[in-house]
Amino acid sequence: MTGYPANPILVLVDVSLSGELRSGAAELIGAATSVGTAVALALAPSGNSERLGTELAALGASQVLIAETEELSSSVVVPTVDALSAAAAIVKPEAVLASNSIRGRDATARFAARSGSALAVDAVGITRDEEGVIAHHSVYGGAYLVDSAASTGPLVITLRQGSSDLRAEALQPNIQLLQVDPSGTPDATITSYRETVAASSRPELRGADIVVSGGRGLGSGENFTLVEGLADALGGAIGASRAAVDAGYVPPAMQVGQTGVTVAPQLYIALGISGAIQHRAGMQTSKTIIAINKDPDAPIFEIADFGVVGDIFTVVPQLVAAIESRRG
Amino acid sequence: MKIIVLMKEVPDTYGERTLDLETGLLNRSASEPVLDEITERALEVALSHRDGNANTEVVLLTVGPDGTLPATLRKGLAMGADRAVHVHDPALLGADLTLTAQVIAAASKHIGFDLVIAGNASTDGGGGALPAMLAELLGVAGLASLGTVVLDELTASGSCNTEYDSFEATIDLPGVISVTEALPDARFPNFKGIMAAKKKPFETLDLAQLGITLGEETARSIVIAAAQRPARNAGIRIEDAGDAGDQIAEFLAQNQLIKGRSA
Ligand SMILES: Cc1cc2nc3c(=O)[nH]c(=O)nc-3n(C[C@H](O)[C@H](O)[C@H](O)COP(=O)(O)OP(=O)(O)OC[C@H]3O[C@@H](n4cnc5c(N)ncnc54)[C@H](O)[C@@H]3O)c2cc1C
Repeated sequence: MTGYPANPILVLVDVSLSGELRSGAAELIGAATSVGTAVALALAPSGNSERLGTELAALGASQVLIAETEELSSSVVVPTVDALSAAAAIVKPEAVLASNSIRGRDATARFAARSGSALAVDAVGITRDEEGVIAHHSVYGGAYLVDSAASTGPLVITLRQGSSDLRAEALQPNIQLLQVDPSGTPDATITSYRETVAASSRPELRGADIVVSGGRGLGSGENFTLVEGLADALGGAIGASRAAVDAGYVPPAMQVGQTGVTVAPQLYIALGISGAIQHRAGMQTSKTIIAINKDPDAPIFEIADFGVVGDIFTVVPQLVAAIESRRG
Repeated sequence: MKIIVLMKEVPDTYGERTLDLETGLLNRSASEPVLDEITERALEVALSHRDGNANTEVVLLTVGPDGTLPATLRKGLAMGADRAVHVHDPALLGADLTLTAQVIAAASKHIGFDLVIAGNASTDGGGGALPAMLAELLGVAGLASLGTVVLDELTASGSCNTEYDSFEATIDLPGVISVTEALPDARFPNFKGIMAAKKKPFETLDLAQLGITLGEETARSIVIAAAQRPARNAGIRIEDAGDAGDQIAEFLAQNQLIKGRSA
């Protein structure tokens, strides 16, 4: 067996059923490399190992472990937990890092329970001190910053998607196929499957530099073209309040807030959003906040750097035109 | 079938939530405690199954300090759950996810279950990891973050939308599922339910009764620092006098937030 580097950080990357790397790998490997040596783990159908290994090395993985499996189209999580267990047994990582995606969290939570390791979820960054790896969390809507660490053993961490800008330098591919013994733990069986196609060329909400969100004030799904027009003029992503999601204007994946996505962009624009505390919890650490609302008492104004008391249906078209003319 | 619903008491998200900077723990006295809305939706899934299947028992399970929790949990009984189990022990103060999952696993075995239903993520911890840890510790199948749920005596099925894909899946019972806020709002307790809740069984357990001893050597996630971010202040606010759109554009330009046209 090849020797493993000092301070290994085992990084579980998300891969599609057909073996394509998902978007979060560069962020995870970048964060891992800032505290140790990134050893990437990917599960994929056979025939993808060479390509995946090369891609992951290009993102900075010093070693790549590939667990070849044909089970991903039928089993939800156990093959991934089994692969994590097999990889951890040989790598002896100082920390295990995965994305705080639904699947990343599902697999790492099970792995932590199985291995009896400490778990730190939804970290917004990782660093290290003499004693080991530290996870940084932003809690209660970013009102508090909390650091956590493992009392002993590796810390299993899920990293909030889009929270870290660190990227690692490309390395030479060093690929190894991982032998996995199935644990036999009962799993969920997939009965139908659909890949979510990115519906537009707009940036992803998580990690976007600019976010334009719409609320109940939009009045209908059709009127969301107003939000889209401004987002496109600024090159931003689109978000929404829970009221807009509940009313069916936009899909749930767009919800910003307490029980939706947490964003911290350079610029956040809230259109027809009252600024309920649960919405603010998902956006109040944005660098600059602009709000347009016709109610002068809307709480969103309490945190807006620039607030306009006005009607979105007149202010936004004028704003889009003004942006277009400034861009020339 | 026997369904355990995991209930959590959380600070009301409509109030300000504060953290004790000395301990890194929630300031429980500072905010009104309520049942986490997502756990009420989980309970609704169980109760609506029982509506059509009379031989269903719905048991509420919660872990947390004494104090307000028993009263908060009564609401779940008033909504229609058959009984409640509350685990509390001074040694659980500041329990991390791993310990909490161990305690819930032991209590679930103590109660016995065909299905455990949880919310996908609480509004205070927000971890979203507990249901999966629980399934692993119990050695059963799990399905996380379901937006729809179909139950029968032998299986639980549903659909899950992740960041990248959506799928339908099914587990054989016993198992653990977690649900999202795409599921319906919970029913309100009515007067009859509130009166009945007072007479429903309410069991209290400590760690010794669950056979759990805390070892020093166990790996835990510990808080090593906590700090408060400065609060945000309001900036400029204007009334639209017909040129607000232009004024915002000016503000954006001054802050270099308008990008040039990329070819
Ligand atoms: C446990 C829990 C979790 C929650 N999680 C979330 C969450 O993650 N995200 C979230 O957003 N909410 C969440 N909520 C809901 C939250 O409390 C609010 O109900 C919601 O944010 C309101 O959305 P809104 O601002 O779009 O709607 P409203 O509060 O109805 O506000 C609409 C605003 O639009 C303005 N308006 C109307 N027409 C116009 C116009 N033509 N021009 C300008 N302004 C106009 C109105 O003045 C009003 O201020 C949660 C609630 C609970 C209890």
